Amino acid sequence: MPSDASALTTALSLILGFDPALMEIVALSLRVSLVAVLLASLIGLPLGAALALWRFPGRGALVVALNALMGLPPVVAGLCVYLLLSRAGPLGELGLLFTPGAMVVAQVILVLPIIAALARQQVEELHQEYHEQLTSLGLSRQRMIPTLLWDARLGLVTVILAGFGRASAEVGAVMIVGGNIDGVTRVMTTAIVLETSKGNLALALGLGIVLLGLVALVNAGAYMVGEAARRRLG
Amino acid sequence: MQHKARIALTAIGLMGLSLAAQAQDGEKYITLASTTSTENSGLFDVIIPQFTDKTGIEVRVVAVGTGQAFEIARRGDADSLLVHDTAGEEQFVEEGYGTERADVMYNDFVLIGPGGDPAGIADAETVAEAMQLIAEAEAPFASRGDDSGTNRAELRLWDAAGVEPGGDWYRELGSGMGPTLNTAAGMDAYVMSDRATWVAFDNPQNLELLFAGDEAMFNQYGSLLISEERHPHLKHDLAEQWHQWLLSEEGQNAIGDFEVKGQQLFFPNAE
Repeated sequence: MPSDASALTTALSLILGFDPALMEIVALSLRVSLVAVLLASLIGLPLGAALALWRFPGRGALVVALNALMGLPPVVAGLCVYLLLSRAGPLGELGLLFTPGAMVVAQVILVLPIIAALARQQVEELHQEYHEQLTSLGLSRQRMIPTLLWDARLGLVTVILAGFGRASAEVGAVMIVGGNIDGVTRVMTTAIVLETSKGNLALALGLGIVLLGLVALVNAGAYMVGEAARRRLG
Repeated sequence: MQHKARIALTAIGLMGLSLAAQAQDGEKYITLASTTSTENSGLFDVIIPQFTDKTGIEVRVVAVGTGQAFEIARRGDADSLLVHDTAGEEQFVEEGYGTERADVMYNDFVLIGPGGDPAGIADAETVAEAMQLIAEAEAPFASRGDDSGTNRAELRLWDAAGVEPGGDWYRELGSGMGPTLNTAAGMDAYVMSDRATWVAFDNPQNLELLFAGDEAMFNQYGSLLISEERHPHLKHDLAEQWHQWLLSEEGQNAIGDFEVKGQQLFFPNAE
């Protein structure tokens, strides 16, 4: 068993050494997860807001389904995307399987329910509070969506970060649809799995520390932006 | 604020475009479905660059269990196959998914167990006797249980030993070779591994190599070409070049020269 100290020194030497292979893996991890979170936000935020504002038959079932999908196992999402993108599957012609594009698709499916479900809740609360004011201004529901999303933005940053956390931490989906190909689809989490399977526990734990540090950096950035915005709003 | 947000969005959008571009670039490459034993030992890190230098063809390895590798190839998601289950490979060709199969190299399976050797397999004459001893002692045995080439070979050896494995002592893990070794180390269990993964493995704890050398534990690797008729979209020309290089003197020498910790792990035996 490696001691905790050897994992820490491994992590430090990985970071300080700017190992090019590691930098490539880190960059791909960030690109895949950030693009997935951006796409999921572009779809999920308006979807969540719409669910908060409109009342229609089956809405309850949709809300429950969205909440339940927050618990979708990444491996299942990966398997579905694999079957979809496989040559024998309906979208096989695109040739996306075993590319970073396939990994983005799988992560969007994982992140979208989290963003949409949490955004719905935030917007719903805000809407209950300001419903009369907004109606008296003569705003249609459609026009309320951007207004309410903008007013809820501070809370929505946390929602998006929760989505980013899910995307950067999952391994089951990207392993299946990416294939963990060296230099092409290997990301932090799949590299950790590979090193663990080689019995390289110190290196695996070291990579884990690097990943945690990266996620902390992204969160710190979002926190500072939020604080700055809060100060400006007074 | 809105300005900054727009800059951030544009940056992320550009990253997305670069991902799409990367997926469609015109580089020459093939996707090879292969086993975890070849990937984990580091063999590919040594031989693929030599092939790429010569031909300009990149080889992208998806390392999975042999069962999953066959499935990936059946669905047309890999250009080439390098696996170790001769019976399964021949069936793959008979079913019309593969057009050609060739021996590439071999290594052997080894029986690993806790240093104290509670079942006493180290003195066994044959692998069948060793496996009978484990079953009689009901000593914990960690099986891959994942329909991989190693798993299939292990089941054939139990069968040949006249033992039907089951019960509390026989633990099917459903994992790759490395995770199975990690688990076996944690519970002091016996385990069958291919020699390459075992030698390259860095977390043996109390485990030791206890039995090896029976001819029945021979582990043959084969390279397969996939049917053009069934999957016309695959890169058959490039896959053929890879296949022929593996069998050529140059490829065979590259395999024979590969060593981990001073040990040769794969023995080329193309005809």
